[in-house]
Amino acid sequence: MFYREAGQFKSTYQSDQAIFPIAQDRWFIALVLVVAYVGIPLIANEYWYQAVLIPFYVLALAAIGLNILTGYAGQVSLGTGAFMAVGAYATYKLSTAFPELNIVIVFIMSGFFTAAVGMIFGVPSLRIKGFYLAVATLAAQFFVLWVFNKVGWFYNFSPSGTITAPPREVFGVLVTGPRAEPIARYYVVLTFLVVFALAAKNMARGHIGRAWMAIRDMDIAAEIIGIRPLHTKILAFAISSFYCGVAGALYIFCWLGSAETEAFDILNISFPVLFMIIIGGLGSVLGSILGAGFITLLPIFLTNAPPMIGIHMGTELQKHIEEIIFGVMIIYFLIVEPAGFNRLWQIAKEKLRMWPFPY
Amino acid sequence: MEVLNTFLIAPFLDMADSPIFLLEVVIGGLMAGVMYSLVALGFVLIYKASGVFNYAQGAMVLFAALTLVGLMERHVPLILAIILTMAVMIGVAYLIERFMLRKLVNQAQIILFMATIGLNFVFEGTGQIAWGSNVKKLDIGIPDNSFEIGGILMSSFDLFAAVTAAILVAVLAVFFQKTAVGRALRAVADDHQAALSVGIPLKTIWVIVWSVAGFVALVAGIMWGGKAGVQFSLVLIALKALPVLILGGFESVPGAIIGGLLIGVFEKVSEVYWGPAFGGAIEGWFAYMAALVFLMFRPQGLFGEKIIERV
Amino acid sequence: MSQERRIGDVILNVENVSLSFGGVKALTNISFDVREGEIRAIIGPNGAGKSSMLNCINGFYKPTEGRITFKGESHAQMETHQAASQGIARTFQNIALFRGMTTLDNVMTGRNLKMKRNFLWQALYYGPAVKEELEHREAAERVIDFLEIESIRKTVVGRLPYGLQKRVELARALAAEPDMLLLDEPMAGMNHEEKEDMCRYILDVNEEFGTTIVLIEHDMSVVMDISDRVVVLDYGEKIADGEPDDVRANQRVIDAYLGVQHD
Repeated sequence: MFYREAGQFKSTYQSDQAIFPIAQDRWFIALVLVVAYVGIPLIANEYWYQAVLIPFYVLALAAIGLNILTGYAGQVSLGTGAFMAVGAYATYKLSTAFPELNIVIVFIMSGFFTAAVGMIFGVPSLRIKGFYLAVATLAAQFFVLWVFNKVGWFYNFSPSGTITAPPREVFGVLVTGPRAEPIARYYVVLTFLVVFALAAKNMARGHIGRAWMAIRDMDIAAEIIGIRPLHTKILAFAISSFYCGVAGALYIFCWLGSAETEAFDILNISFPVLFMIIIGGLGSVLGSILGAGFITLLPIFLTNAPPMIGIHMGTELQKHIEEIIFGVMIIYFLIVEPAGFNRLWQIAKEKLRMWPFPY
Repeated sequence: MEVLNTFLIAPFLDMADSPIFLLEVVIGGLMAGVMYSLVALGFVLIYKASGVFNYAQGAMVLFAALTLVGLMERHVPLILAIILTMAVMIGVAYLIERFMLRKLVNQAQIILFMATIGLNFVFEGTGQIAWGSNVKKLDIGIPDNSFEIGGILMSSFDLFAAVTAAILVAVLAVFFQKTAVGRALRAVADDHQAALSVGIPLKTIWVIVWSVAGFVALVAGIMWGGKAGVQFSLVLIALKALPVLILGGFESVPGAIIGGLLIGVFEKVSEVYWGPAFGGAIEGWFAYMAALVFLMFRPQGLFGEKIIERV
Repeated sequence: MSQERRIGDVILNVENVSLSFGGVKALTNISFDVREGEIRAIIGPNGAGKSSMLNCINGFYKPTEGRITFKGESHAQMETHQAASQGIARTFQNIALFRGMTTLDNVMTGRNLKMKRNFLWQALYYGPAVKEELEHREAAERVIDFLEIESIRKTVVGRLPYGLQKRVELARALAAEPDMLLLDEPMAGMNHEEKEDMCRYILDVNEEFGTTIVLIEHDMSVVMDISDRVVVLDYGEKIADGEPDDVRANQRVIDAYLGVQHD
C-alpha cells in the first residue's frame, strides 16, 4: 500500500531515465546511506569493523568489478584474485616510492594500472569464448601471482616476501597501516564502495552497459548492428580490472595490513567473488553488494552459531562441517533461486506494489 | 644476447648434450601426463553427457582415494575395498543426480559450474570428517622399483600406472562405441531433448555417467595416491587438468588423453630446461600459458571442428 | 507519390559474387542492383542461398569472389561492424534480439553507434552524457510509437511472444536510421493478421523514411504485392530478375518452385 508508483507521473524522459525512478526507492537508498555512515559507526565495535564490515565492503567492490565483466559483458573470469593482487602490489610500490602522494590518488592510479594489465589479458576473449575463456583467465591468475612471488622488486626485497601497508593519512587522519583506527578505514572503504557502485550503475544503464549486454546476449547480432566486439570486451576487462585493482589495494591497505600472494589465491578470492555475483545476481550492482554480504557473513555465522546454541567441537571438525554446510547452502541456493538475491528483491518489490491485493 | 642465450639456445644445447636424459624427462612427462589424462577424462565424460563443467572432479579423486584408504586401514582386503569404494561412488552419483542435477535442469552452465564448486566443498568436508585429514599411505602392492631399459631409467609403478590407464581408456572406448548404454550416452551428449524424445531415460544416464566418472576418479586416486600419498593436495590436480581440457577440448575423449600426455611432457621438459632461466616453480602456470597461446591460434582446440558461425 | 520520384539511383551494386564454405558452393556468380528508395525482394526455395546473400551484403560473410558496392564505396572484404556504420541495418530469420534486455534497451542499442560519450562521462552520468542519452531516448521513442510497441517498452524481450519479438527486432533496426534495411524473412512463422501488419509497417517505413528495403521471403504471394523488383535464387544461382509480374511468368521460376529436377 505504501510502495506505489501510482501518482508519480513522469513528464520527461529524464525523470524516467533516473537511477531510482520511484520515490520510495530514493528514500530507501537515502536511509541505507544514513545507516552506513552514521548508524553503524555509533554501534559497531572493532570486531565488527575488522571481521565483518570492512571485508564486506572491499569484496563488494571486487564483486561489482567482476559483475561488470561476467554479469554485464558475459565474459566469465576466474582471475579476480590476480587483478586484485596487481592493484595491491601497485599501491604498495607507488606508496613506498612516493610517500608524499595522497593515498587516495595512489589507489586510483593503481586501479588504472590494473586496468592496463586487465586489457592485456582481455585480448584472448575475442577468439576464446565461454568456459575456454574462464580457464584461460586462470593463466592470468597463476602467472601474475608467480611473478609477484618471484620478483623481489615487487615486495621491495623484504625478507619475509610480504607487502605491508605503510601508514598514510587522508585529511590528517591515519587511514592505512597497523595503527589506523578501524573507523577511519571503515569510512575510506565505504566511500569507495558508494562512489564506485554509483559509477558502475551509471555505466550499466547507459549505452556502454547496453553494448556489454548486447555482446553477452548475442555477440554476432551485436556485431552486425555495429557494436565492435573487441573494443567492447576490452573496455569491460579494463573497467572490471580497475574495480578489482582498487578493491585489491583496499584489501591490503585498509583491511589485512600486510599479506603475501597467497591472500589472492584462487580459493581465497576468485571463487568466493564469483559466488558473490552469482548468489547476488548476474548483471546487477545491488546484487553484487548483497552477494558479498552473504558470502562474507555466512562463514562467520557458521563459526559462531554452534557455540551460541551450546555445541562445542574440535576446530578441525568444525572447519569441515562448515565446509559441508557452505557447499550445501550454495547448491541449495542455486536450486531455489538461480537468478540470485537481486531477483528476490525485485519479486519483493512487485509484491509490495500489489499489496494488499494479491493480483 | 645473454637473455636470448639462456632462453633460446642453452636449453636446446642441453638437450642435444644428453639425449638419454631428454628421453627420461619425456618419459617422466608422459607418466605425469597419464595422470592428467585420467582426471581430464572424468571431466570430459561428465561434460559430454550432462553439460556440467564438473569442478568437483578433483575432490572426487580425493574422496575416492580417502574412502579406499580408510577401508584398507580397517583391514578390508584390497579387492573388496575397491569394490566397496566403487559402490560408494555409485551411491554418490545417485545422490548427486537426485538432489542436484535433477533440480538444476535447464539452468545456465555457469550455475551448474558453481553448483559443482559447492559440491567440491561437500566432498572435501565429508571425506575428511569420515576418514581424517592427515596424509595417508596407500599401498596397493605394486613396488616402486627403478630399472633400466636400453640405458633409460624407468619406474615399475609408473609403468603399471600407464598400462592401467591405457586399459581403462580402451575399456571406456568399447563401452561408448559398442554397448547400448554407451550409444545412449552419446545420444544424450548430442542433444538432451532429442534423446528424451526417443525414450532414453536421462536420469538413469546421468547416474551412470557420474558413476563412470567416479570410477575414473577412483583409478586416478589409486595411481596418484599410491605415488604421492593420499592427501588434500589431490584436490589441486583438478586445476592441473584444466589446461589439458582447453587443449584437448571439453568434449573430446581422445583430446583429453592426447592433451594430457602433451601437457605432461611439455610441463616436465619446460621445468627441467627452462625452469632455471625463469627462476623455478613455473609448472604452476606454464601449462596454462601454453594452452592459452595454442587456443589463440586454434580456438576449437586439438580435435574440435572449425566452427561456422551463422545467424 | 509516383514511382519515378520515389526510386532514385543505384545504391547497392552486387557484382559476380560467389561464396563457398570449404567445398560447398552457397552462391555462384550473383549480380544485381538495388535502387535508392525501392523495395527489392530476394526470393527462392529453402536453401537457395538467400540468407547467405544477405550475410554477404552486410559483411558477416566474406564473398570468395566478386565485389559489392554500397553508396559508391566498393568493398570486397569488410569487418562485420562496418556495415552498420555505413548505414545498413538488418533483421534476422531466427530472431536475434538481446533476450536479457528490455524492449527499450534493445531499441536503444540500435542507436549505440551514434552515441559517442566515453565511459567517464557515463560513469558520472552528468551533463553531455545525460543530454546524449535523452536525445537518443527521444529518437528511440519515435520508433517505438511508429511500430506501436509502447506498452511493452519495459518488458524483457525474452518473455515476449514471437510476433512482437519480430516487431521489436524491426524497431531495433529502424532505430539506427539506416539508409538500407535488410529483412530476413520478416513474415516467417506469422499468422495471416500478423503478416498483414508487417507488410503495412514495411510499406510505411519505405514511404515515410524513404528507406531502401531488401527483403527475403520464400512465400511468393506476400512479396509480389509489396516489392518493386524481385531477384529469384535457386541453388545459389540467379535464375530471374525483374518486376513481380515478369518474374511470376518466368518458366524457370515456376520450375524452381514446383520442384522440377535439375540436370
